[in-house]
Amino acid sequence: MTTISGAQSLITSLEHEGVEIAFGVPGGAILPAYDPLLDSSIRHVLARHEQGAGHMAEGYAWATGKVGVCIATSGPGATNLVTPLADALMDSVPMVAITGQVATRSVGNDAFQEAYTTGITMPCTKHNYFVTDPDDIPDIVHEAFHIARTGRPGPVLIDLPKDILNRATTWREPVEFALPGYKPTVEGHPRRVREAIDLIEAAERPVLYVGGGVIKANGSAELLALAERTGIPVTTTLMGRGAFPDSHALAMGMPGMHGTYTAITAIQKADLLVSIGVRFDDRVTGNPDFFAPHAKVIHIDVDPAEIGKVRVPDVPIVGDARRVMQQMLEAWGARDVPDRTPWIHTIEGWKRQHPLAYDQQPDGPIKPQYVVEELHRITGGDAIVVSGVGQHQMWASQFWKFEDPRRWINSGGLGTMGFAVPAAIGAKAGMPDELVYAIDGDGCFQMTSQELITAATDGIPVKIAIMNNGVHGMVTQWQRLFYESRFSGSQLGNKVDYVKLAEAMGCVGLRAETPDEVAPVIEKSLSINDAPVVVDFVVDPEEMVFPMVPAGGSNDEVIVGPGERIVMKASDLP
Amino acid sequence: MNHTLSVLVEDKPGVLARVSSLLARRGFNIHSLAVGPSHEDGMSKMTIVVEAPELEQVKKQLHKLINVVKITELESGQSIEREVMMVRVSTPPGKRSEVLEIAGIFKAIAVDVGQSTICFQVSGEPAKINDFLDLVRPYGVVDLVKSGRIALARDQKGKPQARLRAVN
Repeated sequence: MTTISGAQSLITSLEHEGVEIAFGVPGGAILPAYDPLLDSSIRHVLARHEQGAGHMAEGYAWATGKVGVCIATSGPGATNLVTPLADALMDSVPMVAITGQVATRSVGNDAFQEAYTTGITMPCTKHNYFVTDPDDIPDIVHEAFHIARTGRPGPVLIDLPKDILNRATTWREPVEFALPGYKPTVEGHPRRVREAIDLIEAAERPVLYVGGGVIKANGSAELLALAERTGIPVTTTLMGRGAFPDSHALAMGMPGMHGTYTAITAIQKADLLVSIGVRFDDRVTGNPDFFAPHAKVIHIDVDPAEIGKVRVPDVPIVGDARRVMQQMLEAWGARDVPDRTPWIHTIEGWKRQHPLAYDQQPDGPIKPQYVVEELHRITGGDAIVVSGVGQHQMWASQFWKFEDPRRWINSGGLGTMGFAVPAAIGAKAGMPDELVYAIDGDGCFQMTSQELITAATDGIPVKIAIMNNGVHGMVTQWQRLFYESRFSGSQLGNKVDYVKLAEAMGCVGLRAETPDEVAPVIEKSLSINDAPVVVDFVVDPEEMVFPMVPAGGSNDEVIVGPGERIVMKASDLP
Repeated sequence: MNHTLSVLVEDKPGVLARVSSLLARRGFNIHSLAVGPSHEDGMSKMTIVVEAPELEQVKKQLHKLINVVKITELESGQSIEREVMMVRVSTPPGKRSEVLEIAGIFKAIAVDVGQSTICFQVSGEPAKINDFLDLVRPYGVVDLVKSGRIALARDQKGKPQARLRAVN
């Protein structure tokens, strides 16, 4: 067998896993791995910051469903990856991070650019490896990809000391996994599936509460069939947007803190929650003691630890969301669609009474919701939408009509500001033929905007719409509502010229300051395809996100709009 | 409430750190933790005494660690629990024989005898060790170390013990 370096073995192993692209930043300890990368079929995208590289890998994974790969050097390179790793762990994003480490004999000696990477990343990875023998590289890489993509997906890190990368080894086909402690359950327990079907058939006011797990499991077709054949209305969480088409008659939109009145209320009045690939997150449940008080709960999740963590279900089903839905459809068989007319009518009534709303005056400031709706109208909804965290994220999730999975990418669980720009670049790199439009906030944009240099340099023409209100919008909203409008530390000011900033980074910069400029500037942005485009939408800084359930409150109490609070009694059943 | 878990783990670097860090970050308090080789090659066994209101989440979260192979909850009465303690007791000239008498009852072995102290080794059920400690404490305990609890399930012929399957 040919003798090669550990570094060559690493790159060969990545190629063997089918890696097409890796996002990274080189440095001393990882330098040996960068040399064979030059001759590899793997495209390397040089990020401007390791956090950017990590979010790019995440965006790639969200959009393509494949494992995203990022590379960083030891010490600060690795610590800069901590945020994307934590983000990927929370949002179950399959990712493999490769980090360089100081040479084995220097480990533990406070060497230059040394950090205890495996220790630091232990709580923010699904698993991690410290490589001590280059002969182990093929097996470790193979295992890492297997762990990242199977079960509940997540990030896996491989830390490689420089001497291991330099040492002579041979490459061989990886052996079968020896993972006695890792055997994810795919198939749902048949008896539980039958119990679920019985509950579904008997329910009068059922709700399908659907999250990111359905998208991860590629279960959208099964979900559509299940909803239609059982006649159950569907709410899709922030992570699950696009798992079910928003245009469908059974779609109710998003639940939770900024969910639609219909979705929030339907859950509160439901007698059965069919929960699939969700984790009863506090942004959905509010105070869990008051969440869905009348409902029996079926909880389907691939991660057994999610079942019973927040709400003890009546029917727990551990398994792959797609496979379990297939089993449910088989068990449902040729049964008729139950007559749920009164429930459906009630829901239709809520939809009519309390639609998502905003007020765009022709001569007033631009409303951010109007920008989202215009973007959707002009693109025909045919885009991958990426957002960061905050008001813009909520408006994008509320007002974009998602029809397909993997076309909505955001930082859900960790709530990472600065996610959108690099994640959009990763998504576009993975899906070059798709329009990738980030809807970002100005606060978020300023955290990672330098990655636009990466986009311009590497020819990744993303489009970024900045909802520029000059403030940390969500913080300002909370201060307005709960801190007597004392805007402490939340005002960004208006010193940045985003058009010039975009141009300085090799992108095209555009701006809209009045409502009538919105559509033309979007048209213009769509006509440019040879460079990244940044559109500065100067929007109303006073606009707030509604509906809103205050944090930790009961979902029985929804603020529908400014000054309009609707209080339901949970006992009031339709 | 204290629960005793017997956890079979792969003998890989960092596995102890993974287990203890997981318990800490999920808010479970470790009362004692003992680890050593198991009957299977390449596997170690940890006996963890953990303070938690209920054990379901502890077990499920531990199972998410890739290197954790099997978790068995050891309920008292269905398991044998042992501990080793070494305790150095102050033994002024007039008290030495009293202390040795107590030690004799508890089968504690004097493993180091000094001019004014004796170090005893005592092993057995945690309750027995605590009883011995209570009795020698009035003489003055100068130093003390415990091994942490180790435990094994009893042979339950026909009586299935409480245990969680490897996954699920």
